[in-house]
Amino acid sequence: MVALVILLQTLRISIPYLLAAAGGVMSERVGIIALHLEGLLLAGAFGAAVAAYYSNNAWAGVAGAIGTGLVISLIFALATLRFRANQVVVGIAINLLVIGATRFFLRLAFDSASNSPRVPGFGADGGAAGLLAIFQNPLVWIGLISLPMLAFVLFRTPFGLRARAVGENPEAASTLGIRVATVRTTGLLLAGALASLGGAYLALDQHQFTDNMSAGRGFIALAAVIFGRWVPTRVFIACLLFAAAETVQIQLQGAQIVPGQFIEMIPYLLTIIALIGIVGRSVPPAALGKVHQ
Amino acid sequence: MSLPVSTANPPETPTARVVIPRFDGGFVGQLMPPLVALMIAVVVGDVLILVYGESPAMVYRLLLEGTWGNWYGVGQVLYKTMTLTCTGLAFAYVARAGLFNVGAESQLAAGGFAAAMAGVLLGSVPTGVAIFGCVLAAVVAGAIVGFVPGVLRARFGASEVIVTIMLNFIVFALLNYLLSAHFGVPETVHSASIVAGSIPRLSETFAVFHGSAANWTIVAALIAAVVAWWLLFRTRHGYEVRAVGLQPTAAVYGGIRVQRVVVLAMTFSGALAGLGGINFVLGYKGYYEDGFGAGSGFLGIAVALIGRNHPFSILLAALLFATLSQGGLAVNAIVPKQMVDILQAVVILSVAVAVPEVRRQIRNTAASTVRILGGAPNNANRAREKGDAQ
Repeated sequence: MVALVILLQTLRISIPYLLAAAGGVMSERVGIIALHLEGLLLAGAFGAAVAAYYSNNAWAGVAGAIGTGLVISLIFALATLRFRANQVVVGIAINLLVIGATRFFLRLAFDSASNSPRVPGFGADGGAAGLLAIFQNPLVWIGLISLPMLAFVLFRTPFGLRARAVGENPEAASTLGIRVATVRTTGLLLAGALASLGGAYLALDQHQFTDNMSAGRGFIALAAVIFGRWVPTRVFIACLLFAAAETVQIQLQGAQIVPGQFIEMIPYLLTIIALIGIVGRSVPPAALGKVHQ
Repeated sequence: MSLPVSTANPPETPTARVVIPRFDGGFVGQLMPPLVALMIAVVVGDVLILVYGESPAMVYRLLLEGTWGNWYGVGQVLYKTMTLTCTGLAFAYVARAGLFNVGAESQLAAGGFAAAMAGVLLGSVPTGVAIFGCVLAAVVAGAIVGFVPGVLRARFGASEVIVTIMLNFIVFALLNYLLSAHFGVPETVHSASIVAGSIPRLSETFAVFHGSAANWTIVAALIAAVVAWWLLFRTRHGYEVRAVGLQPTAAVYGGIRVQRVVVLAMTFSGALAGLGGINFVLGYKGYYEDGFGAGSGFLGIAVALIGRNHPFSILLAALLFATLSQGGLAVNAIVPKQMVDILQAVVILSVAVAVPEVRRQIRNTAASTVRILGGAPNNANRAREKGDAQ
């Protein structure tokens, strides 16, 4: 029973990681550094809460999240692709923008500095509806299939081939007649939709939007992308691993065996270790972060 | 982050003497992006204020009155300027070497924590020694946090962007542990108060600043700016830093040990950010508090961008962003102070967009001038355009 609880809790924690990491893989595979995942999660959560609240419908919340994610991604794509601005700087700016904007519009929409009113979600309402209730949430299923689907798209479809080509060698891709900017924009929009779904999960699962509710999950997802070496199946495992670490931390709270803060560090430490290549080096897509004219 | 300056390629015909503007566009090229960014920010601000149903003119007046309109406001602005100067310098210093330090937030916190620890431990030493010890502790702590990504980058080629971001979380978790398990005052999120090393507030000398947090650590920020400028533009090390930033391969051929430069630059950068920690800890509260940086580390990126990575411009940029931050509080009664957060993000976005755009415009103008005046076939220009893509 305890094992089942831990398993389900891990699953529940992993969903936003899986969706955001899918967005991260998509973005970085087309050659754009995905520092904006955190902003996408938060924006998605806010868009979901607002849309679900005003329509009183969870699916509208999902649509709202995707819409918000696409808008953020368009700004990101415009700045990095059309204007060739630095991806790191723009990514950080987007995160700051979303934090400020969600707080501003939280006050505008709900006249609150901390959270939205209760919004509808998926599945049985009213809290303790059984552990297995999470399987009634379609976003859980979308989260679970997102990375496998992405693996299929990236490695089995013409778009995937083009996406990887512009991420590895945009000049060569361009020579072959691939429209680099178009493929990259498509990739970024897809990434925005995926990551914002992770935000929708957060807001609809907790039945409200709270200030800064993404709480660094976008960076954990980015860590999972790097730790998983940009390969969807590995990233999937990395997300589950990081979620499991978090579950263990929650379960050990008060047990005084290992301070929670040290378990908190695990994803970040593993990512740094993966980057310096002690056990199998993480090598990013070759054109990651480079400007293509 | 500007690109190689090349004024070569003289036209073949002596009658068509064309002066090709420098790559960074000289004065105009340097000044345009920040100005464009500020104008965009003002427009976005107008829209936000109108959305909230208030009058932009009134909000902006309130913003100015609450900052430069009274001595308390000025003091608060100066207080915030200190930290932002340090984090701005931190970002700019490595940006000159073509690197990103996204870890100023945790370097700042580490600096503050170390200063507080030193202040608690250095009980019975003379005031001067205590202050020196505390400041040194802050600088060293920041330097250590900066050193790690520097080494990982130089030795293993690990992206300093990712490593500094990951280190932010690791350092914050570590500080949180140290605070909650060992050094914190129970039931609070801050450490014990320092017994030595505190730096007086400006109000003790100038009574007009009464009540504001402004303190003499601002002098340390000014000194840091001068030192950073001197290092960057008057020493061999600074020359090497800038050479690595402009063209790493050329730097290697020039005999510069790039790895060493990377480690040194990241370490200095961390030290500069760590220095910022003394503002809150030694100058204001007298203890370390969880989350005292409140985003100053990330805002330092904006400061460096607006200041175009030049230490003295960064002082002005820090003053500007400090005014915005303080101004947000001043207008909070009628529009949410988060409006300012949005504006700051918009400024970063606009500068990031405007810098390559202005550079491209200048280059296009230069190229077309050469063509019109019948200059040599523009291979050099074309080559440079391609070079810009790298």
